[in-house]
Amino acid sequence: MEKTLMKGNEAIAEAAVRAGCRYFFGYPITPQNALPEYMSHRLPEVGGVFLQAESEVAAINMVYGAAGAGARVLTSSSSPGISLKMEGISYIAGAELPCVIVNIMRAGPGLGGIQPSQSDYFQATKGGGHGDYHMTVLAPSSVQEAVDLTMEAFEIADYYRNPVMILGDGIIGQMMEPVVFDKKINPDRLKKKEWATDGAKNRKPNIINSLLLDTEKLEEHNLKLKAKYDEMKERDVRVELYKMEDAEFAIVAYGSTARISTNAVDMAREKGIKVGLIRPITLFPFPEKVIQSTLVNIKAYLTVEMSLGQMIEDVKLSVGGKRPVHFYGRTGGMIPTAEAILEKIEKITENDHLERGEK
Amino acid sequence: MELVAGYPESLTEKEFHYCSGCTHGLIHRLVAEVMDELEIREKTIGVAPVGCSVLAYEYFNCDMQEAAHGSAPAVATGIKRAHPDKVVFTYQGDGDLASIGTAEIVHAANRGELITTIFVNNAIYGMTGGQMAPTTLLEQKTTTSPEGRSNILSGYPIKMSEMLSVLDGAVYIARVSVHNPANIRKAKNTIKKAFEYQLAGKGFTMVEVLSTCPINWGMTAVDALKWVGEEMTSIYPLGIFKEVE
Repeated sequence: MEKTLMKGNEAIAEAAVRAGCRYFFGYPITPQNALPEYMSHRLPEVGGVFLQAESEVAAINMVYGAAGAGARVLTSSSSPGISLKMEGISYIAGAELPCVIVNIMRAGPGLGGIQPSQSDYFQATKGGGHGDYHMTVLAPSSVQEAVDLTMEAFEIADYYRNPVMILGDGIIGQMMEPVVFDKKINPDRLKKKEWATDGAKNRKPNIINSLLLDTEKLEEHNLKLKAKYDEMKERDVRVELYKMEDAEFAIVAYGSTARISTNAVDMAREKGIKVGLIRPITLFPFPEKVIQSTLVNIKAYLTVEMSLGQMIEDVKLSVGGKRPVHFYGRTGGMIPTAEAILEKIEKITENDHLERGEK
Repeated sequence: MELVAGYPESLTEKEFHYCSGCTHGLIHRLVAEVMDELEIREKTIGVAPVGCSVLAYEYFNCDMQEAAHGSAPAVATGIKRAHPDKVVFTYQGDGDLASIGTAEIVHAANRGELITTIFVNNAIYGMTGGQMAPTTLLEQKTTTSPEGRSNILSGYPIKMSEMLSVLDGAVYIARVSVHNPANIRKAKNTIKKAFEYQLAGKGFTMVEVLSTCPINWGMTAVDALKWVGEEMTSIYPLGIFKEVE
C-alpha cells in the first residue's frame, strides 16, 4: 500500500470522501481550515458539493437537511464553532439522522486561543446540546487513526442513525504523518435509507422531525434513543492498552496526550517503574469495564489531559473510589511534556511506596 | 362528471390546529393546490419552521422536514444540494424568517438557492402567545409591547421582501395578501409562479403572504381581515419586488 504524507485535517477530509461522503457544509475557523479547503477542491472532483455556509449554525442545519435527505454528510469546526453547532446536533440526535462532525479542539473558554486543547470533553461526551442524547465520540491519536476512524464513523452513524464526532485537537489536525488509505466505499452501493426525504413517489411521505408534543410518545422516543446508547456501550467500546500486562500504575489519556504519555511510560519503564497506558479510543461509550478490569493490578491511576480535568470524572466513576485517581493537565494551549508526566508518575509511585512502608 | 372543486391531493386529511380566523390553513391550501397543478407532489420536500406552522409536516402530503427555529432555509439548502432534481420549499413565519433566521434567509437568497420560501407575515408571534415580532407595526400592542411598539425601543417593522429583492441570487420576490377573494386568487398565482421559477432553475424565490392572527390581535376574524387590508398593506405594500425572467 502506498503511503502518503498528509496533514491530519486533510487526511480526515480524504478519508471522508473515500467513505462515500459527498457533501460538506462548514464555516472557517482555526485550526481546522485545511479540512474545508481540501473539501472545496476534492468534492467537486467526485461529483459532490462543498458549501461554505454563512455560519456554523447554518452549516449544521444544512447537514441536518442533507442527512435527512439520505446523504452521507460531514461538517468540521473547532471549539467555539462546535458550541454554535450544539443546537443543531441536538436536533440531529433527536430526529435520528446520521452524520459526522469533526471537532479539532482549541483552547477555551470563549474565544480562548488557537492552540491545541482537550477542553471540550464534557461537551462532546455528555450531550453538549439540550435534551437527553449522546453521540459516539472517537478520539484518534495519530493521523492514520484519524483516517481509519473517520471512515468507520460514517458506518457507525448510519448503523445507529445518530451523529458521530471525531474529537481531535490542534496537534492531530495540523501534524503531518504518513497515511495509507486501504479502504474505499462506493456511495452508490450504500444501503438505501428508506426513511429519507427524497420525494414521496409510490410511498407515504417521510417526515424528519424531533417534535413530539405528546409526553408519553416523547418519553417512548427518549427510551428508544437510550436503547441505542446502551447498545453502543455493549458493542462499540474501543480502547488501547500499552504495557499494561505487568503494570502497577496506569496513565489514562486520549488523543495527542496519549501519544505523549506513551513516551512517559517508556521513560518510566527505563527507571524500573511498572507503569502502563490505558488509551480510550471511544470517549463515548467510555471504556468503563476495561478500566474496572485493571483494578486487580493497578495501585493508582493518573489521568493526563490538555484541560483542567474532564475525562478524570469518567475515570473516577469507573474506578468507583477503589483506587486513587491523580491528575496532570495543561491548559490554555500548553502541551504536557513527557518529562512532566514522568515526574508526576515518580511522585505517585514514591508516595505509594511510602504509604505501604516499602521503602 | 367533471370535478370542479375538491380537496388537494397535496394536503393530508389531518384537521388543522389553527385558530379560527387564522389564514394559515388557507395559505397551506394555496401551496397544496399549486403542487397539484404543477404535478410536483411526489418530488417535493417541504421544510416546516418553528412557530404556529410548526406542524405543517402533518398537513402537507409530501416529504417534510421540521427545522430548528430560523433554520429552514439552511435545511432546505442541504436537501436541495443533495437532490438538485427535486422541488424544495420552506414555509416560515415572521419570527422564524425575519428575526432569528435573518442570516439564513439572506444567505440562501444571496446564493440563489433553488428553493421557494412561503413567508407568512402576521405581525406577531402567535404560537408563543402574542409577543412582538420584527414585523409588528409601530404602536401595535403585543404582550411584550403593551404600550404599543415604539421605534425608539424596538426599531421599525422589517421589510423582508424589499430587503431580499436587492440580492442578485433572488429572482422572484413578491408580497401578496389573503384578506379577500381577489387577493387570494392573486396569491395563488404568485405562489405558482415562484415554484415555476424554481422548476426552471432560475434562482431563489419567495412569496411573502400577509396573514391574520385574530386571537392575538384581539379582533374578530372579519376585523382581522380588514386590518390586513387597511393597516398592514399600508406598511407592507403588495406587489412584485423582483422578477428576473
